[in-house]
Amino acid sequence: MIKFMLAIVRRDILLVARQPAEMINPLVFFVLVVALFPLGVSPEASLLSEVAAGVIWVAAMLATLLSLELLFKLDHDDGSLEQLLLAPYPSWTLVLAKVFVHWLVSGLPLILISPLIATMLFLPTHAVPALMLSLLLGTPTLSLLGAIGAALVTGVRGGGMLLTLLILPLYVPVIIFGSSSVAAAAQGMAVDGYIALLAAMFVFALMITPWAAGSALKL
Amino acid sequence: MTQSIWRMPRWFHQMGSPKWFYDFGGILQPWFAVAAFVLLTWGVVWGLAYAPADYQQGNSFRIMYVHVPAAILSQSIFLGMAVAGAIGLIWKMKLAFMVARSCIAIGATFTIIALLTGAIWGKPTWGAYWVWDARLTSTLVLLFLYAGVMALNQAISERQVAGKATAILAIVGTINIPIIKYSVEWWNTLHQSSSFTLTSKPSMPADMYLPLLLTVLGSYCLFALVVLMRTRTQILQTQSGTSWLAQHRDITGA
Repeated sequence: MIKFMLAIVRRDILLVARQPAEMINPLVFFVLVVALFPLGVSPEASLLSEVAAGVIWVAAMLATLLSLELLFKLDHDDGSLEQLLLAPYPSWTLVLAKVFVHWLVSGLPLILISPLIATMLFLPTHAVPALMLSLLLGTPTLSLLGAIGAALVTGVRGGGMLLTLLILPLYVPVIIFGSSSVAAAAQGMAVDGYIALLAAMFVFALMITPWAAGSALKL
Repeated sequence: MTQSIWRMPRWFHQMGSPKWFYDFGGILQPWFAVAAFVLLTWGVVWGLAYAPADYQQGNSFRIMYVHVPAAILSQSIFLGMAVAGAIGLIWKMKLAFMVARSCIAIGATFTIIALLTGAIWGKPTWGAYWVWDARLTSTLVLLFLYAGVMALNQAISERQVAGKATAILAIVGTINIPIIKYSVEWWNTLHQSSSFTLTSKPSMPADMYLPLLLTVLGSYCLFALVVLMRTRTQILQTQSGTSWLAQHRDITGA
């Protein structure tokens, strides 16, 4: 089973490595969305630093959503998904492996670039560790929850818009606690509570979503 | 081993037969219609015209007789939809998917009513139509969940697949129900806590809570009535061409 999952992880990483645009596009999207806020709202540092936490989290969420549509779609279109589901392993192993690669490709780069984005939005420096930690716990949860939506809309025409509609309501708790943790850190308050809740959500999503997405894939 | 856990009595499987449900639902339907009409009329007239005015809010509290049942129903229906979906998934019962499908639009309607009446009440009492309070926000999320379930159900043309997909989404979405229910206790928010509970003595006089109880029960009956009507219509749509339906007295008119 572990071997099966590792094989899928290797295969998916290889596929992404041959198409690096897939990895870079969400990242560019993330930076672009964030860059629109100073232009659209106000370039003033005092205002931007106040909304920075929310803006970064919303942008990260949208970037994740954007790349989720392809999570199972390419495999579904060329028929390999069907073959993978025929493998003598539970379907959640497949989901877990694919979600891991998705996070590696879309979530991790966001976390790595977030200090730069934080500087652009004048987020206080002492809030940056909290931002990175909250993203580190939050983005895998986003990928996991998104896998349910991606699995449900696989094979449905116009799935991208539908996916957004299905998944955004489920993202609400993550974004509330993610951005509150950063806002609290910016004001110099303790963030342990928020981080603990984000970690709890991650563990919960890790238990539930591979199973749900796996059974959705088999429909 | 696992089989014995999931084995259900015969009446349970009988309930999954479209013919049985169509006939039994047809018997129940008028009763629910009468009950809903009597309870809602009684509760609304009592609540709006005869219940004493609130010592703080005056007469504006009376919107509660619409708002509270709608809010309770919006959550119950989502839960019911998820349970029906789970039954459909576990026991492979097509009828359960039909019931779940019937629930979607009714639940979304009750959620919209709850949000609108809450906004109307909020303006004179809180001074704003909308605040980003935990319960209000989670109810709004519930409306979005209904919208997602509805969109997914309609995007997949094959009913069986649509039913299963909807069921999975509904089950995942129930995570929001306890968040709505306990939001007023977990977070210190503007929205007041439960109007009444089953376990403790109500915090208002009988003349105020009895009409509320009547409208809540009436709304449940109304929901049951509409679910039966919608599910029976779906049975007619999907079972057309089967022999039991062709010989049914509703079709032949005999």
